[in-house]
Amino acid sequence: MFAWSLELAWLIVLLPFAAFALIGLFLHRWPRLSASVSILAIGLSFALSVLVAAHVFLGGMQETFEISMRWLAMPGLNVDMGLLIDGLTAVMLIVVTLVALLVQVYSLGYMHGDPGFSSYYAYQSVFAGSMLGLVLANNFGQLFVFWELVGLASYLLIGFWFGRHSAKNAAVKAFVTNRVGDFGLLLGILFLQIIFGTLNFNGLAGEIAGYTNTAVLIAISILLLAGPIGKSAQFPLHVWLPDAMEGPTPVSALIHAATMVAAGVYLIARAFFIFSSTPEAMTLIAVIGGFTALFAATIALVQNDIKRILAYSTLSQLGYMVMAMGIGAMTAGMFHLMTHAFFKSLLFLGAGSVIHAMADEQDIWKMGRLKDKMPITTWTFVIGALALAGIPPLSGFWSKDEILLSAFAGGHIVLYLLGTLVAFMTAFYMFRLIFVAFFGTNKGGEEAHESSAVMTVPLIILAVLAVVAGFVGSPVMNYAFGHFVTYPGAVHYEPNTVVMVISGLVAIAGIVLAWAIYQKQLISHLALRQRFKVIYDLLYHKYYIDEIYQWLGERFVYGTAKVLFWFDIYVVNGIVNGIAALTGGAGRVLRYTETGQVQTYAAYMLVGVIVIVGLVMIAGFTLLI
Amino acid sequence: MLLPRDNEKNIKIVAAVSTLISLILSVWVWLAYDRSLGGIQFVEQIPWVADLGVSFALGVDGISIPMLLLTNLIGFSAVYASWRVADRVKEFFTLLLILITGVMGTFVTTDLFIFFLFYEVVVIPIYLLVIMFGSSKRVTKEYAGMKLTIYLLIGSAFLLVGLIALFVQSRALLGYPCMDIFTLATVEFPIGFQIFVFILMAFGFGTLLSMFPFHAWSPDGYAGAPTAVSMIHAGVLKKIGGYGLIRIGLMILPGGAAYIAPIIAVLALGNVVYAAFICLSQKDLKYIVGYSSVSHMGYVLIGIAALNLISINGAIIMMFAHGVMAALFFSMIGNLYEKSHTRNIDDFGGLAHQMPRLATGFMIAGLASLGLPGMVNFIGEFTIFIGAFNTYKVLTILAVSGIIFTALYILRTLGAVLFGPRKPEWDHLEDLKGPEMVPLVVLGASIIIGGIAPFTLMDLINLGVGDLVAQLGSLQIGGMF
Repeated sequence: MFAWSLELAWLIVLLPFAAFALIGLFLHRWPRLSASVSILAIGLSFALSVLVAAHVFLGGMQETFEISMRWLAMPGLNVDMGLLIDGLTAVMLIVVTLVALLVQVYSLGYMHGDPGFSSYYAYQSVFAGSMLGLVLANNFGQLFVFWELVGLASYLLIGFWFGRHSAKNAAVKAFVTNRVGDFGLLLGILFLQIIFGTLNFNGLAGEIAGYTNTAVLIAISILLLAGPIGKSAQFPLHVWLPDAMEGPTPVSALIHAATMVAAGVYLIARAFFIFSSTPEAMTLIAVIGGFTALFAATIALVQNDIKRILAYSTLSQLGYMVMAMGIGAMTAGMFHLMTHAFFKSLLFLGAGSVIHAMADEQDIWKMGRLKDKMPITTWTFVIGALALAGIPPLSGFWSKDEILLSAFAGGHIVLYLLGTLVAFMTAFYMFRLIFVAFFGTNKGGEEAHESSAVMTVPLIILAVLAVVAGFVGSPVMNYAFGHFVTYPGAVHYEPNTVVMVISGLVAIAGIVLAWAIYQKQLISHLALRQRFKVIYDLLYHKYYIDEIYQWLGERFVYGTAKVLFWFDIYVVNGIVNGIAALTGGAGRVLRYTETGQVQTYAAYMLVGVIVIVGLVMIAGFTLLI
Repeated sequence: MLLPRDNEKNIKIVAAVSTLISLILSVWVWLAYDRSLGGIQFVEQIPWVADLGVSFALGVDGISIPMLLLTNLIGFSAVYASWRVADRVKEFFTLLLILITGVMGTFVTTDLFIFFLFYEVVVIPIYLLVIMFGSSKRVTKEYAGMKLTIYLLIGSAFLLVGLIALFVQSRALLGYPCMDIFTLATVEFPIGFQIFVFILMAFGFGTLLSMFPFHAWSPDGYAGAPTAVSMIHAGVLKKIGGYGLIRIGLMILPGGAAYIAPIIAVLALGNVVYAAFICLSQKDLKYIVGYSSVSHMGYVLIGIAALNLISINGAIIMMFAHGVMAALFFSMIGNLYEKSHTRNIDDFGGLAHQMPRLATGFMIAGLASLGLPGMVNFIGEFTIFIGAFNTYKVLTILAVSGIIFTALYILRTLGAVLFGPRKPEWDHLEDLKGPEMVPLVVLGASIIIGGIAPFTLMDLINLGVGDLVAQLGSLQIGGMF
């Protein structure tokens, strides 16, 4: 069935890039046309992706499909541009094209009237093409190319409203922080190329299976891991993601929640054969993921900006996925990636709808009773939050449960407890947001009203997905997801009712606590804030990590820069000018030899020639002997 | 040169047409070069000074074609970037065309003497162009011109000594005078002699390539020079250093190269990291690009010093890539400076509001500079890293860290100049239009086409370097790094 769609899969990548080129070169004067071309391209990519996925999942494709084209080739180095299609790719294709399509449609309303409307769609197309190229890559070289290009799209879209200083700075911060991670990733790739002589995933998998030098594998794993730490914003390179909220909200939904930030998790899954070959690397991944999950969740508890709460929530959930990878539950991690993409983009688009209606207000304390003014946005948002909190039978419940189950059954009790605690916090901070902003008392925003259909329809579609997407990995559908997205070495456990019940109960407990504090006000949140002021300040200021980085940067990077410039001007240049001065001085002395007589000059010249030729001869002969 | 002085328009048109013809011809050479044969093609040979074995010999291979293409892309763009020159137009374009001819000559000749002759031809117009048409900011244009020229001359003095030594020695070994590079390459010079001459070459060419710590001329020189000269100087003239090091240094003196290469690699690391740091503290746009170009030449030097097929391939494509990128950068800066009379980044801000096309040019050059995939510069960096990693482990790891600092200073600069709130004092600036668009289109397209389809250049380079590396044989170097 649909086997022909595989042959056309390259179009999935090419179409958005073609849309970008068309808009950039010809169409940018006509905003509506630009948007239509962009949406048409991603729509076609989505249609093709559906066919590919149908072939992979329903057509009973047994082997992975791979084609490639020579791109950068010389003896000893081969970087192809290729396609690799298996269950993992198919899932990512669907997620990326579907969310991108919905976000682009939604943006028609959200970005309406923006002077950069055409550019916005051009950048969206670059992003879509790059992300799809990354997902389809069959080797590390190609993956790195598109990995950087999604970073470019992210940079351009974070800084989309470049008139603001904050947007400009956030864009630079995102790119440079990611570069730190990419430094490691690139080194890892260099090691792979030098040691194994290939960058092709399948080729490497074969080589590594027979490779026994554990120290090298650990080194490579850690270096490669730096990439995902940057891209998926794990501690300590997480600082760019909250600032990235400066971009338009649909961008946050697509790039900084659903797809690009998940690329790091995808990379770990794609290169699972490398990471899983050493338990040390796996432990490191699990610890980083688990720590980020908890760390970010604590910050989310006290933030007031609706997008920042969601951003820290994204960090936390990405930590969850990374942790899942680290404990070997690659299938569970990818499953959570998929469900998270749907419900988190739903939440962001919902937040966008609110911000749009509230004239760019983002502080949740200035909102209230939005449920009366914006019913569709409110109820879809609540569905998204329930899914994120992990209330059965919504999608987040199944995927989160799968991760907790793997931690529990795999004997990682500390990580299991940590994950459960994070689940509780997640439910709490999400419903803090909901009770304050959507319910509670009216605090202005009188003019707020429901967004137009072009924005609400994507919300409804995503809400449906947030409800049902989890079934593909649940007993209802006999764990279909796990059959397609799995690799040798990925763990899978039988469902455990106790784990399920506990994870459901903590979620409900979190919601009830938020209800008690923020809806019923049984406990005063202001009193709590006073009581735990030190902790509150620490969390509110995000553990002061940005300030620490800022200080270190100013001190060391710019300090060194200034010192070196001084050195260059006064020492390196000074020596040169010193020599020049010396020559000038010598010139004044030697001026007396300039008699102006041709004979004298001829004599000098003769002496000079004899000296030079003599020196060369001597040098030449001594070297000969 | 025969045209009347006052007919400025015609002078510009003649310059534009002649560079266009050159460009078309070099594109034709690039396409018509028979990749299945390889080696030197399009050979022309006219005996010149028979007693010295000098002949006016021209020919190109996979190493020189990219350089030839680069020269003409930039030469053509430089004419358009100079469209607004109003003072002494005739002198300006005459000197510019001599300069372009000189640079091109060094790349297409296969004769050592002719190479040197063309190289000297380059120096004079550079000096005149800088002191007559340059601009003074931190340093005066006279100082800049003098510094540039003296450095070039000192470098060429070392080259001359090396060249004479080569000549004398080869005559003794061959029994007849010879200046043909490819014949000299077959001569087996004694190893001590090779080291001696290679040091001279490394110093001469290294200075031209702004090798640390002999780079001081570069930022000052570019800052003082007029736009077109900065474009040609940073874009191609500098590359004569790298080209000479490969064509003459590695080809004729492989034994010497093997001894000296590790030293060059260490100095090159100085280029990459040291200059990148200095960029962070700069405020003048030309200084930023000047130091950045010093930093990027470090990659080229590491590529050459790693002495293997992959790394040298990378070094050559990097020279091409840096050439088009730097030329684009300088043409945008020059354009902005002409209109605003400042180059200080703190004076600017939000220019993307008023000048979206100029901003596009800056963005393409900047993103290319930080090695973004999709730009030909990435191909250069990536290939060099892979190649160099084969030879030097620690050094390469340190050099790769350059990608972080480069991203930092480039994006900060772009941000400071282009983005941020609109500044009303720049509302009078006019965006690029007409002839001003030519550099952006020509150079920008080269950067992107090379980045998307690297095989168009790399396959060719690989042929040329393949021949070279076959001669290098299996040299053992770099074990200790």
